[in-house]
Amino acid sequence: MKVAQDRRYASTHEWARLEADGSVAVGITDHAQELLGDLVFVELPELGKSFAQGQECGVVESVKAASDIYAPVAGLVTAVNTELADSPERINQDAYAAWIFKLAPSDPGELATLMDAAAYEGAVNADQD
Amino acid sequence: MLEAIGADSIEALFDEIPEALKDTRLECVPRASNEMEISRLMQERAAQDGRWSSFIGAGAYEHHIPAAVWQLVTRGEFYSAYTPYQAEASQGTLQLLYEYQSMIAGLTGLDAANASLYDGASALGEAILMAVRLHKSSRRILIPRNLHPHYAAAARTMVSSQDIELVEVPYCAQRGTVDAATLEVIADGAAAALVIPQPNAFGVLEDVHALTDWAHRRGMLAIAAVNPVSLAMLAAPGRWGAQGADIALGEGQPLGVPLSAGGPYFGFMTCKAAHIRQMPGRIAGGTVDAAGARGFTLTLQAREQHIRRSKATSNICTNQGLAVAAATIHMALLGPSGLRRVAQACHAGLQRLIDRLRPLGVRPRFTAPCFHEAALELGVPAGPVLEAMRAERILGGLDLADWSAELGGALLVCVTETKTDADLDNYARVLSAALARARGKG
Repeated sequence: MKVAQDRRYASTHEWARLEADGSVAVGITDHAQELLGDLVFVELPELGKSFAQGQECGVVESVKAASDIYAPVAGLVTAVNTELADSPERINQDAYAAWIFKLAPSDPGELATLMDAAAYEGAVNADQD
Repeated sequence: MLEAIGADSIEALFDEIPEALKDTRLECVPRASNEMEISRLMQERAAQDGRWSSFIGAGAYEHHIPAAVWQLVTRGEFYSAYTPYQAEASQGTLQLLYEYQSMIAGLTGLDAANASLYDGASALGEAILMAVRLHKSSRRILIPRNLHPHYAAAARTMVSSQDIELVEVPYCAQRGTVDAATLEVIADGAAAALVIPQPNAFGVLEDVHALTDWAHRRGMLAIAAVNPVSLAMLAAPGRWGAQGADIALGEGQPLGVPLSAGGPYFGFMTCKAAHIRQMPGRIAGGTVDAAGARGFTLTLQAREQHIRRSKATSNICTNQGLAVAAATIHMALLGPSGLRRVAQACHAGLQRLIDRLRPLGVRPRFTAPCFHEAALELGVPAGPVLEAMRAERILGGLDLADWSAELGGALLVCVTETKTDADLDNYARVLSAALARARGKG
């Protein structure tokens, strides 16, 4: 399992990274893509739509399951990665490079409520024991 | 069994159910019979059906079904047609579903089909739910009043508890069709979709291109509710208007399924590729196996409730496998040209009947053209006329007063390829006598 150090993690296996422009990029973790297996479809959130922290905002679908994506922080969707529509396998190839959408956070302080890399790694390992 | 679970009687077992909810008709169910008794009873009942010459359509249509269709369908390989989970054990059934989907997608001119639904009316309910999911911002659906009332009722039952509003659209009393001008007046505000029946419940042909474009201009989806046989002659929903209908559905019975007292039938549904993840029901897909050989499997199952539970597109987890097997074989035997000849024979038969009835003072109620069914104005109440025709072994049509008081005196009559010129002559003769009697009394 890979865990990137430069971002925060939700217990529902999304990562969130504060970008230079103040937006928060969101994707799913390497551990999540490993559990799901080959991804075949990503349902992106609608541009301009607002979500509360923890609210369902998209879906990743693999050959064996479909799983909701939850907004790791509250905010308004400012960008969606349309490349994933045609090649969802990018998430399998590099889950930390394949951002799914970007949010303008309503409270950037919410990022601090998420786990750091070490805590997430610990949580996943504890889960597997 | 009651003894084993410690209940004195069947009443004591159901004791927990409040009295008001109990349906006492169960008490009328007779005691068990053996096979011989049941066979005899069924033969007696079947004999009561008699040999009618039926001119009733109204949603279920009598067509000639080649003998080979049910000979093949009742083979053991098809006869147990439960939806196959195991691709490794069900290639024949999966291929049949795949062929069916290809045929029905071709017939409706749309990209993808599911493996079927329960019937046409529930398919409309599912199409409405699908349209609301796709549209996202509106939960209103425009339903024309010349849609089959059973379809409207089934759809209402399915969606009314889900905060979806069905808005009725009136039709033009002269033409029998919905026109864009009427839609403009009543359809203030947004809606998720417009339902377009073709032909409509009166057998009348709508201007589907104008209606589809009207819906799309307002950001609505266009839902086509179609008779599959008519599509052999008429424009396919996928080619309606500039962009084509988004979803098409209908009753599959006319494709090789006998009338058989109302069922089992099957509903078909097709849609544009962009909407496929919101389509309910099973989908069989083509693929290649590990050795690179062509194979078939259920696909896109993440839409279904056994994987996605609360997010599933529908609680439909099955399909009408046997009826679909019949439809597939029926379509394969007829081919596109055979189906077109059937459609043309139906349409021409109706025109010939209308011509024969003109001298009797019987005329189409609506001025717009029809496919194989028409509302005919008798000028007297239809009930007694139909009764007199039944005495001559003719089911003369559906009394439209059954659907709506404003349609009293009109008869919905259907002609399919099963009716010969002699049948039409006989109909005209019997109707003439029945009318003379009814008018004499008036």
